[in-house]
Amino acid sequence: MIPLEYYLSLSAVLFATGVIGVLTRRNAIIVFMSIELMLNAVNLSLVAFSQYLGSTTGQVLVFFVMAVAAAESAIGLAIIIALFRNKQTLNIDELNLLKW
Amino acid sequence: MSLFDIAFYFFALITVASAALVVFSRNIIYSAFALLFTFFGVAGLYALLGADFVAVAQLLIYVGGILVLLLFGVMLTTKLVSVDMKTGTLQALPATLLFAAVAGALSGVYIITDWNVLAGAPDAATTAVTIGDMFLTTWLLPFEIASVVLLVALVGAAMIARRDARSKPTQQAAL
Repeated sequence: MIPLEYYLSLSAVLFATGVIGVLTRRNAIIVFMSIELMLNAVNLSLVAFSQYLGSTTGQVLVFFVMAVAAAESAIGLAIIIALFRNKQTLNIDELNLLKW
Repeated sequence: MSLFDIAFYFFALITVASAALVVFSRNIIYSAFALLFTFFGVAGLYALLGADFVAVAQLLIYVGGILVLLLFGVMLTTKLVSVDMKTGTLQALPATLLFAAVAGALSGVYIITDWNVLAGAPDAATTAVTIGDMFLTTWLLPFEIASVVLLVALVGAAMIARRDARSKPTQQAAL
């Protein structure tokens, strides 16, 4: 049987990969995908805990995370499309409208 | 090594490799398709963990919904013929160090901590009934709030993404 730590370490690596994506990539959609990666990593550790600690609560929380992720992707992509229409770029270094 | 272990390493390899491809691929289309395999790998891990309902929901929501939405975003915002799809990377060395720090710290805490794990194999019973019961009893209020959040997000996304009707009178008339 696979120990709990294996699942958690896998989740940690997945999360760190997402962090790298957010920090190094300059395309807004890639940053967006990296956020999804991090959410998946958290979900994975929630499900692993739920199974190994014998409580279904973790799996219920996964559904709330999924609901927030779905809402976030809908809003985020709408913002990305509106930004692209106005600025013709998705390079987040050039998208500094809120900076002063 | 049992078949279960082999399946775990198989899905873990798929997940980590395709996640790396998502982050490091120079082509945004490749990133989007690699994300598909990441979601599949995570769904397989959920199934291995005995969370059947979560695994199916992962496939439905992430692969069927979020990924398709992402692909739409990619297609609508990249000029397919130009070199615009190749996107740059910067700060590779600090990022590598930070990756090592984040992954190392998280894994270290996970491994050092003495988790109060149940003895024996994980419960193999189906989880959908338990999850449904919990949604309609203990978690009823968060469940309803989540539905309101989804509705608001739906309306908000349509509001943000649509073309402003006043600034484009000719297109509006053509429709």
